Amino acid sequence: MNAAPYWYCFLGILGREARRFLQQKSRFAASLVRPMLWLAVFAAGFRSALGIAIIAPYSTYITYEVYIVPGLVGIILLFNGMQSSLSMVYDREVGSMRILLTSPLPRAFLLACKLLSGAIVALLQVYAFLLVARLFDVTPPLQGYLLALPAVLLAGLMFGALGLLLSSLIRQLENFAGVMNFVVFPMFFLSSALYPLWKMRESSELLYSICQFNPFTHAVELIRYALYGQFNLPALGLCSLLTLLLLGAAIVGYDPRRGLLRRKLAA
Amino acid sequence: MSEPALAIEELCYRYGEKVALDAISLQLDRGEFVAVLGPNGAGKSTLMALLTRLLLPATGSVRVFGHSLCRQPGAALARVGVVFQESTLDLDLSVEQNLHYHGALRGMSARSLRPRIREELRRFGVDDCARLRMRQLNGGHRRRVELARALLHRPSLLLLDEPTAGLDPNVRRSLRDHVRELCAEDGVAVLWTTHMLDEVEARDSVVFLHRGEQLASGNCGGLLARHRAPDAHRLFDKLMAVAP
Repeated sequence: MNAAPYWYCFLGILGREARRFLQQKSRFAASLVRPMLWLAVFAAGFRSALGIAIIAPYSTYITYEVYIVPGLVGIILLFNGMQSSLSMVYDREVGSMRILLTSPLPRAFLLACKLLSGAIVALLQVYAFLLVARLFDVTPPLQGYLLALPAVLLAGLMFGALGLLLSSLIRQLENFAGVMNFVVFPMFFLSSALYPLWKMRESSELLYSICQFNPFTHAVELIRYALYGQFNLPALGLCSLLTLLLLGAAIVGYDPRRGLLRRKLAA
Repeated sequence: MSEPALAIEELCYRYGEKVALDAISLQLDRGEFVAVLGPNGAGKSTLMALLTRLLLPATGSVRVFGHSLCRQPGAALARVGVVFQESTLDLDLSVEQNLHYHGALRGMSARSLRPRIREELRRFGVDDCARLRMRQLNGGHRRRVELARALLHRPSLLLLDEPTAGLDPNVRRSLRDHVRELCAEDGVAVLWTTHMLDEVEARDSVVFLHRGEQLASGNCGGLLARHRAPDAHRLFDKLMAVAP
């Protein structure tokens, strides 16, 4: 098999994602400002209300800012996943999705390229944020930045795959507000992003169980551990498995026999 | 004997209970121009979606140069260039960037694309727009860019779904001339759908569609003579009058 066409195709899809991202300066600014607000305002307000005990992977007492940074990295990735899903729905409405789907290369490969490109664009946002976070005294060890890279990429792929699946199920752009309310915010709040789970357990055993099942929790913990030079095998396993399952479901969603195109053309 | 550019046999498609296409068959040889005619809702866009594998047929088969679209979609689609009825350009990217993206999706390297993009844009007289954003171009120029894009990978079969919709008469004529040139000089087979009956000429092969049914097909001049119709409009009226 000649791999060159596949490589050129990936480069083309990545180039388009990067160009669109760089051209939308407000999107880049928003992706930085959103977590910065949490870090500068929310964390400052909560610092005194929420004491953090020494918990793994940290070896000393930490400030609340240090605690929430991995969670904020998670929310950047989740927002980016939803953003690329939104762009898929938009592409479908304006017709440019057809160009992607009429490529002679296998459709599963095209969707995987789209997913990987989105995750690479998200990496840029995450590292820009991690640099800014240093101004708030969030200074993980330098090798942590390197070790976190595969974890951030995997989490980006998982949320991208979730976005891809949602985009195959959503018929119209207008339905997207519902996704934000029913997917993004519950995932964020019902996780270990903003508070350690033992704190949650003190107030509600049920909420604690939900948080434990939430994939967002595992993505955040994978990144948290990696950023401090530790390896979280259960989180890695779960995130990898979910990424594959979600991507598989999205590929089925884009199948011409049953997917959105059939519904779209019938509408 | 060489395989036909496009061979459609007994193609059927339904949206739920509603029959969108019923047993459509047609064949297109190299360098041939076939017009699929019919009013809105006749099934032309569904036919296009089936020919580009956006939909899969309920029954029937589509073969492109002998490759089954169902079983060998990669080999079949590699020979096809498409212009859809609705624009599929990314308005935020430049003309060049749109063409690069399309070429990459077909596995072409940036190096091989650069000369091809220049060549095709020049062919359609839009080479001076290469660096402009799509948004800055008018409807006629956007259509030309879409045609240039569809030809980048040198397809042998061109599928055009209402390519002249919304364009003024001069631009329509110029696009038609370009496409006919492609058939005559480059041997590209063209399937052109339209609801504008004045776009066909007596020498063209035509297929009349109505509510998913193939009312008639063959050489336009021959059909006009057989049904004693002075033009395609009258011919279509006559065919409709005897349609089930």
